[in-house]
Amino acid sequence: MQNKLIVSSSPHIHTRESTRRIMWLVIISLIPAGLSGIYIFGLSALRTIMLGITSALISELLLQILFKRKNTILDGSAFLTGLLLSYNLPANTPFWLPIAGSFFAIAIGKFVFGGLGQNIFNPALAGRAFLVASWPKYMTAFTLPAYAKGWLNYDAITQATPLALIKKGKALIDTTYLDLFLGNKSGCIGEVCILALILGAAFLFLKGYISWHIPFPYIITVGLLAYIFGPKGYFSGDWLSHILSGGLILGAFFMATDYVTSPLTRKGQVFFGIGCGLITIVIRLWGGTSEGVCYSILMMNAAAPIIDRYTKSRIYGTR
Amino acid sequence: MVRLKEFKDNTKNVLIQPAPSSSKVYIPLSQHIGKPCAALVKIGEEVTLGQKIANVQAQVYAPIHSSISGKVVDIQNWPHPAIGRCKTIVIENNFKDSPSTIHQPLSSQDQLTSQQIRDIIFEAGIVGMGGAGFPTHIKLNPPKQIDTLIINAAECEPFLTADSSLMVEKTQEILLGIGLTAKCVGAKNVYIAIEDNKPEAIKKFQSVSGLRSAVYEHQPNTKNQKPLNTIVLKSRYPQGSEKQLIKNISGKEIPRNKLPFDLGVVVQNIATVFAIYEAVYLNKPLYERVITVTGSCLTNPKNVLARIGTPIKDLIDFCAPVKEKPAKIIIGGPMMGIAQYTDTVPVIKTTTGIILFNAKEASGQEEDFCIRCGECIRECPVGLMPCLINLASEKQLWEQTKVNGALDCVECGICSYVCPANRNLVQSIKRAKKKLL
Repeated sequence: MQNKLIVSSSPHIHTRESTRRIMWLVIISLIPAGLSGIYIFGLSALRTIMLGITSALISELLLQILFKRKNTILDGSAFLTGLLLSYNLPANTPFWLPIAGSFFAIAIGKFVFGGLGQNIFNPALAGRAFLVASWPKYMTAFTLPAYAKGWLNYDAITQATPLALIKKGKALIDTTYLDLFLGNKSGCIGEVCILALILGAAFLFLKGYISWHIPFPYIITVGLLAYIFGPKGYFSGDWLSHILSGGLILGAFFMATDYVTSPLTRKGQVFFGIGCGLITIVIRLWGGTSEGVCYSILMMNAAAPIIDRYTKSRIYGTR
Repeated sequence: MVRLKEFKDNTKNVLIQPAPSSSKVYIPLSQHIGKPCAALVKIGEEVTLGQKIANVQAQVYAPIHSSISGKVVDIQNWPHPAIGRCKTIVIENNFKDSPSTIHQPLSSQDQLTSQQIRDIIFEAGIVGMGGAGFPTHIKLNPPKQIDTLIINAAECEPFLTADSSLMVEKTQEILLGIGLTAKCVGAKNVYIAIEDNKPEAIKKFQSVSGLRSAVYEHQPNTKNQKPLNTIVLKSRYPQGSEKQLIKNISGKEIPRNKLPFDLGVVVQNIATVFAIYEAVYLNKPLYERVITVTGSCLTNPKNVLARIGTPIKDLIDFCAPVKEKPAKIIIGGPMMGIAQYTDTVPVIKTTTGIILFNAKEASGQEEDFCIRCGECIRECPVGLMPCLINLASEKQLWEQTKVNGALDCVECGICSYVCPANRNLVQSIKRAKKKLL
């Protein structure tokens, strides 16, 4: 028995939790949103999702082989990045668009910073921002819901998103709140069905993987400011449409809450959420594009280190 | 704080069994915080049970006594459970247990003054038996007025049941010990803090209203004394950390760089209180203690009464047969205990448990990068941001670790326990502390 005992620093027991487990459970929580996207937009949505995931995994594998890094494609993070990126795309994109986006997300969004845990920006959103900047035409060609144009119809019949209509000052005549909630609207694959997103988010809440500290301040800020700065004068805005439209719910629950790129303390996370809400509404109401969720989160990602600096936890015995 | 899986069922409600005495005991000269002792005996000398065999001239130390009767056969460097190796007195047992003539049974315990009690405690070599090993006679002589005494019976470490079995089997004795301790420091309020996973012990202490008076038997103004308060704590780790306990019970935090007595509080571990009883009432120096010997490798895990200096191998054999070869032997609890490199290390005054892990339980996981989930920050009982200290420590930015509070760390281990990336947070913080001190 001598010299064969394992010696290590305490503690000697460990929770069952692991990075890999968290990643795969987040992926599972996103399945309802993906299925609803496929139901709403047809098989082209499935094709886009598969392309996004596969190319993210291949990008990570190739980069790790090329630079002789530890292979981590099974930890779920690249899968999740590809999944989230494809959820942020219109269903009927050219096949190379999700590939280019996933490659950018993995290579520039994550790998150049040193891999998972080291990146400053949410990789999926970095990928999306890259695509919007490079090929805005494809990124805003939103498909009609499939049951409006017939199943398996791959023609890109495009329609303005509810947010674009709001931006133009048009009322949402044909779209009810229920349509917005269930996803009977044009938009990105994973963002349209609010019901499915809330189901997934509820699962993450129950698991304790996300908390209210980012999403709730984020959504409340957007709703409140949308109401205050309404098109017909103060306190007249259609706040519910603002909350139910665009990528707010997907962004608030699944992207802003990304551990790596959000603040560490709960206090910091509240500031982070409010900041995301402010920037989102500024872009939506007065900015150059109709949607601001992606840019708002990316900007607050950059601000996370400074938020961390001013929201440190209080050490026992200090006031 | 976190609810840990307890693993206490194997030894819960198992009666304390005296371990057979070993043919040789190995008594290290350092079993406390402070200056190590020097041997008072020479090789070849005969010693009796309870004889003082080591002493030193210093401010902070506690004398050491023989745990058997027999002959000193060697004074040599020997494996030590906490500090690697240490000068150790080796005594060969003559199995007579002939008691020391120096120690006469005391009478009239209730006439003792605080100073006399402290003298007895000092002579008995009592130190904090929860793991810290701070000499008790110094702790019970605080430079400030004390109004609150907290008896720490949380035993929040998984696997360990030594304290809880002691509480159930020796309730009356512990109450007398609490009385002596309270008298020593002049505390008006006495609390005993027990985690709610020990219902038998709680019942015993709550039901003995008649015994409450025993606590104050020696005190002149019994009427002015409030009764002993049994505080039931939720079973959450690290409930038994001194800082946490004081915050929970008094609602106050010890200010940074201050000690509990600055708030008028003294915290004393339950096993230590029992040792105080034994010293004063039985005139027995601290040469044996209750230890939990457990782990999935053992067929008969037990709470044993073991002599100081017993090689842990003998205690493991006492709980044998061994089902599986242990891959890791931990002295203490699984959260803060120390993994041993050999089973020849002896039991010392601060040994609370011996835990044997099989290969599966002992296997560590590879570290991943920190994903900044913030779990360590939310669970840290002293409000640190362990992940940031860890990153600074790995880059050897020692000043940065200090700014982030590395020196406030109580090393409870909860950050490493919850970390999904398996980061060795405590280890790196300990390293930073060593560099900073």
